[in-house]
Amino acid sequence: MTVKSLGNPFSKDTDLRHGQSCPCDSCKASAAPTQTHMSSEDMLEQAVESAIVRSVFGHSDIGRRSFMGMVGGTTAAAALASVFPINEAKAAILDNLGLPEKTDLNIGFVPITCATPIIMAQPLGFYERYGLNAQVIKTAGWAVARDKSLSGEYDASHMLTPMPLAMTLGAGSVAEPYIMPAVENINGQAIVLANEHLDKRDPSQWKGFTFGVPFEYSMHNFLLRYYVAEFGLDPDVDIQIRVVPPPEMVANLRAGNLDGYLSPDPFNQRAVYEGIGFIHILTKEIWEGHPCCAFAAPLSFATELPNTYGALLKSIIDATQYASNPDNRVEISEAIAPTNYLNQPVTVIQQVLTGTYADGLGEVQRVPDRIDFDPFPWQSMGVWILTQMKRWGYIEGDVDYKGVAEQVYLASDARKVMTDLGYDAPADNYKSHMIMGKSFDPAQPEAYVDSFAIKAD
Amino acid sequence: MELISENKRAAIWSCALLLVGLLVWEFSISTQQVATGELTEYELLTGAGTAKAGVPPPSEVFVKAWEELSNPFYDAGPNDKGIGIQIGYSIYRVLTGYFLAALIAIPLGFLIGMSSVAYKALNPFIQVLRPISPLAWMPLALFIIQDSEASAIFVIFICSIWPMLLNTAFGVAGVREDWVNVARTHELSAMKTAFTVVLPAAAPTIVTGMRISIGIAWLVIVAAEMLVGGTGIGYYVWNEWNNLDLTSVIFSILMIGVVGMLLDAAFGFVQRRVAYVE
Repeated sequence: MTVKSLGNPFSKDTDLRHGQSCPCDSCKASAAPTQTHMSSEDMLEQAVESAIVRSVFGHSDIGRRSFMGMVGGTTAAAALASVFPINEAKAAILDNLGLPEKTDLNIGFVPITCATPIIMAQPLGFYERYGLNAQVIKTAGWAVARDKSLSGEYDASHMLTPMPLAMTLGAGSVAEPYIMPAVENINGQAIVLANEHLDKRDPSQWKGFTFGVPFEYSMHNFLLRYYVAEFGLDPDVDIQIRVVPPPEMVANLRAGNLDGYLSPDPFNQRAVYEGIGFIHILTKEIWEGHPCCAFAAPLSFATELPNTYGALLKSIIDATQYASNPDNRVEISEAIAPTNYLNQPVTVIQQVLTGTYADGLGEVQRVPDRIDFDPFPWQSMGVWILTQMKRWGYIEGDVDYKGVAEQVYLASDARKVMTDLGYDAPADNYKSHMIMGKSFDPAQPEAYVDSFAIKAD
Repeated sequence: MELISENKRAAIWSCALLLVGLLVWEFSISTQQVATGELTEYELLTGAGTAKAGVPPPSEVFVKAWEELSNPFYDAGPNDKGIGIQIGYSIYRVLTGYFLAALIAIPLGFLIGMSSVAYKALNPFIQVLRPISPLAWMPLALFIIQDSEASAIFVIFICSIWPMLLNTAFGVAGVREDWVNVARTHELSAMKTAFTVVLPAAAPTIVTGMRISIGIAWLVIVAAEMLVGGTGIGYYVWNEWNNLDLTSVIFSILMIGVVGMLLDAAFGFVQRRVAYVE
């Protein structure tokens, strides 16, 4: 969407209707790259101010502009604030949610356990609880999920955490501002190898292997690249990484098209269940608590339908918190296994969600946090993902790491909803992360990229 | 001894082949060793007590077919609908795209067939566009049309337009000169000549083109729906593939074949109606 409609309402030069002859900055330079870096909270604020000012002037933009010209924008803002408490109105959008503007929603998901909160919110009634009639629609892969979101067929969608960043930047997509107000799951992925590679547990023996990842802009791709690079392999030269939709991973592993994959569950566990592969490591051993999938929507959804957006975010965060309680995981497994949702055997889902699983090597492992659910979108995670996109050449030139992460990862929205629902939310938006023994400082992204010996030229 | 008619002999052979085929299939699938007795936790977790995914014997496919066909129109949410509904969606998409294509291909084919200049002018484009795999259009269609339903229909449209276009042009160009001349001596208008002389004369060739097109359209819809998902028989195959449920996959393959045969038979019927002997 454009951010044109968010022109400064207190300026005589902006035309809030944005007709052909509009002289405002965003219309003059239609690309308006600086405008898109407005943080979403600022945008929301300006949208509210704009709405108030427009309503005062009865939607007569000519009248508003001549008035602003006469008295000056600041005076007008002060005058208006004295009769209409703008600052309170800004917060009201999230504080007191009105009835949703639109209750029938379509939410896309790819059938993997990462989407657990988004899926279970339907059978377990979380959408209903917040007054929404949401349908969750199964999607064949991430490229289709991206296209159906961009085309508006989905109001919001389950996405991989790097996707909204890439879409906002226009990497591998049309540039469209996306927001990611909640993470779905942390951990929960694994590297699976075909049974014939039982003796090749040391990654330095993997030269010439073909690996599957679900999407280019995925944590799976970045974690696999990071992992093999730590063992001295250049992922662009020494191994082949192929994009394979998650549901097709097992069939490809059986057919010998792949030597292994770093994929979402249940397809790691399904490979073990079918006796085709074994779990080499869980991704939590690479980065304990890494984000994976997320709940994302176009920015226009939040600005145009603020009440719907608020209600949807509440249901998602509530469901995510419910899923994070291990006691609920067995019930959830049964709710999301049927054909309408994941279409998988319940035992497979249960092994993923409870963390008591067969590893394919003859042992039963007990790892309760094999997958966990935590909605808070740390902006430092966004910065890390951007550093890896830079490292492997998905984005080039100067990157405004913090600016982009803050625009897309709406930590404050998540914090607000979490607090409203009575959950503990972190006070900060940034923290340092530890990935395979190497610490990542979100304040020094460029230095972090440079610190790696193996990277794209 | 009375000889059995050729048709009857062929029917007996068909049945015998089917029976032998099914028997060989049934017995070549070794029954899986399902562990019994006390199972360790590991065995339970790896599903030792249940059957693994594999190619099922025909008897299982029949059981599955019976289950699905006895309740073909159930609707258990947006991602789980009965086989009848799925096939309905696929046929709707195929027919929509197909008739849109016919609407353009047949008049255009007429024009090309009647005017050799138009034929020569359009031929290079047709020759370049015709061999493109319809699915190659899918990413472009999704991006431009911004609607997955319309994109699937567009893919059907683009794949079914060429045989109809070329066959119409070919049929119209091949109408005997004498007949057109007779029409001219009767001073028929161009429009009247087209509808009363050229159309009936070219009809068998045109319908053959339409028959080829519907076959291609049905081939393509399955692949298109596997890609886009949501509804349709292609989505059904994809969804069962996710679950490595080969019984359902084989069942849906059979259904695809049956529906394709019925569509073809319908056009075969039309073809016989428009055929004529000179």
